[in-house]
Amino acid sequence: MSILEPAWTALLYLAAAVFFILALRGLSSPRTARRGNLIGAFGALIAVVTVFLSARLENIPWILGAIAVGSAVAAPVARRVKMTQMPQLVALFNGVGGGAAALVALLELPHAEGPWVRLAIVFTLLVGAVSFAGSGVTFAKLQELMTTRPVLFPGLPLVMAAVLLASVAAAVAVVISGSTAFAVLLLALGLGAGVLLVLPVGGADVPIVISLLNAFTGLAVAASGLVLGNVLLVVAGTLVGASGTILTRAMAAAMGRSVAGILFGAFRGGSTAGSTAVSERPVRSSTPEDVAVLLRYAQRVIIVPGYGLAVAQGQHTAAELAQALEARGIEVDFAIHPVAGRMPGHMNVLLAEANVPYESLKEMVEINPEFKNADVALVVGANDVVNPAAKTSSGSPIYGMPILEVSAARQVVFLKRSMRPGFAGIENELLYEPQTSLLFGDAKDSLARVLGAVKAL
Amino acid sequence: MDGISLLTITVLAVFVGFEVVSKVSSTLHTPLMSGANAIHGIILVGAIIVAGQATDPWVLAVALLAVVLATANLVGGFVVTDRMLHMFHARKDTSRTGAAQSGAAQKADGK
Repeated sequence: MSILEPAWTALLYLAAAVFFILALRGLSSPRTARRGNLIGAFGALIAVVTVFLSARLENIPWILGAIAVGSAVAAPVARRVKMTQMPQLVALFNGVGGGAAALVALLELPHAEGPWVRLAIVFTLLVGAVSFAGSGVTFAKLQELMTTRPVLFPGLPLVMAAVLLASVAAAVAVVISGSTAFAVLLLALGLGAGVLLVLPVGGADVPIVISLLNAFTGLAVAASGLVLGNVLLVVAGTLVGASGTILTRAMAAAMGRSVAGILFGAFRGGSTAGSTAVSERPVRSSTPEDVAVLLRYAQRVIIVPGYGLAVAQGQHTAAELAQALEARGIEVDFAIHPVAGRMPGHMNVLLAEANVPYESLKEMVEINPEFKNADVALVVGANDVVNPAAKTSSGSPIYGMPILEVSAARQVVFLKRSMRPGFAGIENELLYEPQTSLLFGDAKDSLARVLGAVKAL
Repeated sequence: MDGISLLTITVLAVFVGFEVVSKVSSTLHTPLMSGANAIHGIILVGAIIVAGQATDPWVLAVALLAVVLATANLVGGFVVTDRMLHMFHARKDTSRTGAAQSGAAQKADGK
């Protein structure tokens, strides 16, 4: 049954598309971000109601059931996921979207008229499958189901080239013949290409890959819109594809990397291929009481939070420590590296969750000149973002990434779990400097002990 | 709709997409990515259309799988983005009310 006139359908889709544009715009500014997201959700609701009212649909109970299942699975997970695990959840949601686009394209193949529509179908199939499989691998890397280090094997570039050539051949075959068998083959090749694309990417670069795959899914959705002749899918998919591309470049720039370097760097041996070996060189280790004394007699303390803090769920303890120091007249700031955490902006979310006041969160450009006035830089669970190798050693995988210049502070204290190198797997020279001391242990635990010692002084 | 019109719309949408996010601070990169991620969940509309036209049970089964996946992308994406941004909002509160809220947030996180 079709209740709506085609003109009304088109107008409602237009309204949804406008809501999506307003949503992206709103998300670009802190004040309007939350409203922007709700506007986007409202646009999606309009679009889904419209499709039920306008298209001649069979199997409606089944479809409603499937929507209920999808919501019942996704909503609780999205609501309960720990903020530290959020990047992998975003990767997962992105992947299933790409998978859905690929399946839609596969099912539309028998109805496709003409080579142009079939061209859009093969594009959706391939890109959707790459996004699905690639997101799966990024999920596994972030969840640490597999190694976070680049996975390389001899002949990987050759295998990749072979898969891509086979994909092109299968795509041509589908466009010419419209054969479903070739389409399924193309889908399988796309899955393989997705896995091969992400395997060589080092852990620290994974967030950028999520963003790139996000743009890919957008493009796949846009192409599926061309297949179905649905303007809303075209507009929404293209918007995400374009904004995702810009965002990917912005993230890569914040890390001082190029997108091509991240994807193909490992092939040339230039990606984040570090070592996980534990160094035997001597370091100065400290006790919570020593750290407390250092902090208590400082005038200015800068806390550098990293992913280790988030993993240990130590944000709240860090906020408490900052409060305790401020109550004793010490100036405390948090220095936030653009890629602190596992995604750009991730650390801001985590500290906001712990109710650290907005004014205390300083961006890198703002805080870097301040380190030379700081008595103590307290680095909690961060490593790569303070590693001077990024500035000094041109052979280093992280060379060129802007860092927080903690070495300028009079004293540097690292709270670390162990001497294992960071996510990127690179040794940090700063750990062996004379002004550096280390307090080993779980970040939250160490912070709590330091906090207790500060209060006892 | 004819191909040329669709192409026109696509090209214009590319420019709009570039334009709306051109000036975004790194603070908001994560929520923006997550929000954009939710928006492409609108592939649900395509999945519904395909499922609604299915006559063969196998086609219906695959289409319903697409509906489930797309719904997860759409609903999960908007919910997780909202949660993230809720925390951005809460950072204006300080000390006491803040401590109470963070306690609640911890409970929510721990299920």
